[in-house]
Amino acid sequence: MNQTLLLLIVILPFASAAIMGMAYLFTSLRDERIYSFIGIATPVAVTLFSLILGVQMLSNDTTFVIHSTLFEWLHIGEFQIAFSLMADRLSAVMISFVSLIGTLIHIYASGYMRDDIGYGKFFAYFNFFLGAMLLLVLAQNPIIMFIGWELVGLASYLLIGFYHQESGNITAANKAFIVNRIGDFGFVIGLALLFLAIGDKGFGFDAIRAHISLVDPGLLAPIGILLFVGAMGKSAQIPLYVWLPDAMAGPTPVSALIHAATMVTAGVYMVARFDFLYELIPSVGLFIATIGIASALFAAIIACMQSDIKKILAYSTMSQLGYMFVAVGLGAYSAGIFHVFTHAFFKALLFMGAGAVIIALHHEQDIFKMGGLKTRLPLIFATMLVATLAISGIPPFAGFFSKDAILVHAFAGGHIYIWAIGVLTAFLTAYYMFRLFLIVFITPAKTAHRTTEVGMSMKWPLAVLATGSALTGFLGANEAYGGSNLFGTFIHLGDRVHHVDHSTEYLLGGLSVAVALAGMMLAYLRFGKGASEPKADTPWRALAINKFYIDEIYNALVVVPLRYLSILFDRFDTLFVDGTINLMLLGYRGAADAFGTLQNGKVRYYALYILIGISLLSLAMLRMTRSPL
Amino acid sequence: MPEYYLALAALLFCIGLVGAVSRRNLFVIYMSIELMLNAINLMLATFARAQNDHGGTVMALLLIAVIASEAAVFLSMIITLFRTNRTIDADFFTNLSQEQNP
Repeated sequence: MNQTLLLLIVILPFASAAIMGMAYLFTSLRDERIYSFIGIATPVAVTLFSLILGVQMLSNDTTFVIHSTLFEWLHIGEFQIAFSLMADRLSAVMISFVSLIGTLIHIYASGYMRDDIGYGKFFAYFNFFLGAMLLLVLAQNPIIMFIGWELVGLASYLLIGFYHQESGNITAANKAFIVNRIGDFGFVIGLALLFLAIGDKGFGFDAIRAHISLVDPGLLAPIGILLFVGAMGKSAQIPLYVWLPDAMAGPTPVSALIHAATMVTAGVYMVARFDFLYELIPSVGLFIATIGIASALFAAIIACMQSDIKKILAYSTMSQLGYMFVAVGLGAYSAGIFHVFTHAFFKALLFMGAGAVIIALHHEQDIFKMGGLKTRLPLIFATMLVATLAISGIPPFAGFFSKDAILVHAFAGGHIYIWAIGVLTAFLTAYYMFRLFLIVFITPAKTAHRTTEVGMSMKWPLAVLATGSALTGFLGANEAYGGSNLFGTFIHLGDRVHHVDHSTEYLLGGLSVAVALAGMMLAYLRFGKGASEPKADTPWRALAINKFYIDEIYNALVVVPLRYLSILFDRFDTLFVDGTINLMLLGYRGAADAFGTLQNGKVRYYALYILIGISLLSLAMLRMTRSPL
Repeated sequence: MPEYYLALAALLFCIGLVGAVSRRNLFVIYMSIELMLNAINLMLATFARAQNDHGGTVMALLLIAVIASEAAVFLSMIITLFRTNRTIDADFFTNLSQEQNP
C-alpha cells in the first residue's frame, strides 16, 4: 500500500505530463479546461498521498522508512543500482510542502496563463517539473537523485524559455542551463569519488551512511566540496548564482514554484541528505556557511538597488538560500530545512502576489511605475504584507522563527562574524522588502494607471499561502518561544546541538526584530512619501545598481575567451582539418579524372591496354626467370 | 626447320594485333582477329609437327571449327550494328566511356 503510494507520487506527475504533452503536440485539443483539470488534479492527488505518508511518519518512530523499488537498473556482479525510492521523515516533509505549494501554484497558474497559446504545453512542463522534483527528493540513492537533479534543471530550462519568441528569454534559459551544468560537473565528480571509495558496499543513502567511516578522511573533504559545487549551481550561490536573476524571464508561476520555493532549495536538501558526510568535515561545513553568508549579504545589497519587481525577489531568494546554507554548513540541518519550508510559503506568496500585480497592471514589472495599489488590490495588498513581514523576520510570522533559529545557532556555535553578517543581512532584507512593498502599494503613484481585475483562481491560493506564512513558524518554535521545536524533532537529522539559555535567545531574537524594524523604518523614511528610481550618483551606488558588474566580469573572464577559443578552433578546423581532407579529395579527383580519360569506350583502345598489360607481364616474367642466374 | 614457321606465325600475329588496335573499320578489326587466330593455329600445327605429337594437330583442327562458328556470330553482330547505327566505325560505339556515364 505505502509502496504503491510512493511510486504513484513520482509516476503520476510524469504520466500526466506525458498525456498533456502528447495531447498538445499531436492533437488539436486546445481546451484550457481539460489541461487545467489534468494539471491540477495531479498535484492534488500527489499532495493527498504525501500527506498520508506524512501522517504515518508522525505515528511511527524515527526508524520508519518506506522503500519502494520500481525496477533494477544496473546489475553487475555483486553490485546493483535499483531505480528505487525512499521516504523517510526528511523527504516526507519535503514532498508534503513541495506538492502542497505545487498544487496552489498550479491553481494560480491556471489563472495566470489564461489565453496563452501554450497553455497545454505549460501545464505539461509544470507537471513534469513536479515529478522531477519529487524524484529528486524521494531518491533512494544518489544516482537516482542526480537523475531528478538533472530533470528539474531541464524543466527549469524549458520554462525559463517558455516565451521563446523573444531571444532574450532563450539567452536566459541557456544561461541557466549552462551555469547549472558547471555545478553539475562538480556534483557528478563528487558522486564518482564517493562511489569509487565505498560504492562496492552498495550505493543507497543507508549504505553510504553505514560505511562512510571507511572513506579515506583526506578524500571526504574534496567529495563534500564537489557535491556542494553542484548545490552552488542549483541553489544560486556565489559564484554560480548569475543565472537566477535572468531566470525571471519565465512566467511568474514558474519563478514562484521553481526559482523560489522548490528547485533552488534542492542544494540545501542535498546537503541535509548527506548530513552524515558533512558532520565528518566541519571545515567544509564552515566553507559552505561562508559562501552562504557571503551570498546572502551580496544578494541583499544588490536587491536594495533594483527596480524590477521580480529581480528584487530573485535576489531575495538568493539571499535567503544563503541563510539556509549557513544553517546546513554549521550543522543545523533541521533549522536549514525549516527555513526551506517556511521560505517556500512566503517566497511563493511574494512571487504570486508580484505576478498578480504584474497582470493587474498589464505586464508592468518596474516598481517605480507602480504605486498606491493598496486600495485597488486589497487582497493582494494584505497577503503581500503578511509575506513581507514574514521574510523580514517580524514575529509571529514564519520567517522570524526559522531565521532566528539559524542566527542563534551561528552565534552559539561561536561563529560571531557569520552571525553579525546575518543580522546585517536581516536589516537589508527588511529594508529592501519594505522598499518594494511601500513603492508598490503605499506610495502614491506618479502616473495614474488602469488596473484589470485579477481572477479568483489567482487570489485564493494567495490567501492559503498567507495563512501558511503566518502560522507555519510555530511548528519550529523552540522552548524559548513557548514551542517545542516540533519540526526539528520530527525530521530528526544529525544536528550539532549548542545549548543556549533563554535570556540569550531573547536577546538575539530581540536584536533581529529591532534590526528588522530599523530596516523597515529606513525604507519608510526614504520611500514612504515618494519614490524615484535609484540613480548611480556615487561610485558605490553605481556598483550596486549594476550588480557589481559580475555579469560583465564573467563575460570578460569566461565568455569572451571561450568565444575566441572557439573561433580559433573553428579556424583550425576549417583550415587544417578540412584543408587536409580537401587536399586528399583533390588528389583522388585528379587521379579519377586521369583514369577516367582512359575509359573512353572505344574498343580498340581497350585492346591496346590489354596489349600493354600483356607486354608488361611478359617482361616481368622474363625478368623473374632470369634473375636467379 | 620449325623456326621459319614460328617466325611466320609471330609475324602474322603482330600484323593482326596492330590491325586490331589501329584500324576503325569493324570488318578490318574482324579480319585482324582472324589473322591472329590463324597465327596461333599455324603455331600449334608447327609444334605438333616438330614434336611429333598429334594432340596439337587435333587442337588446330578443332580451332578451325571454332573460328568458323565465331565468324558467323561476328558477321551477324556487325550487320546488326550497321542496321541500328548505319555505321561500321568502331570509334562510334562509345557507350562504355565515362563521358556518357558520369
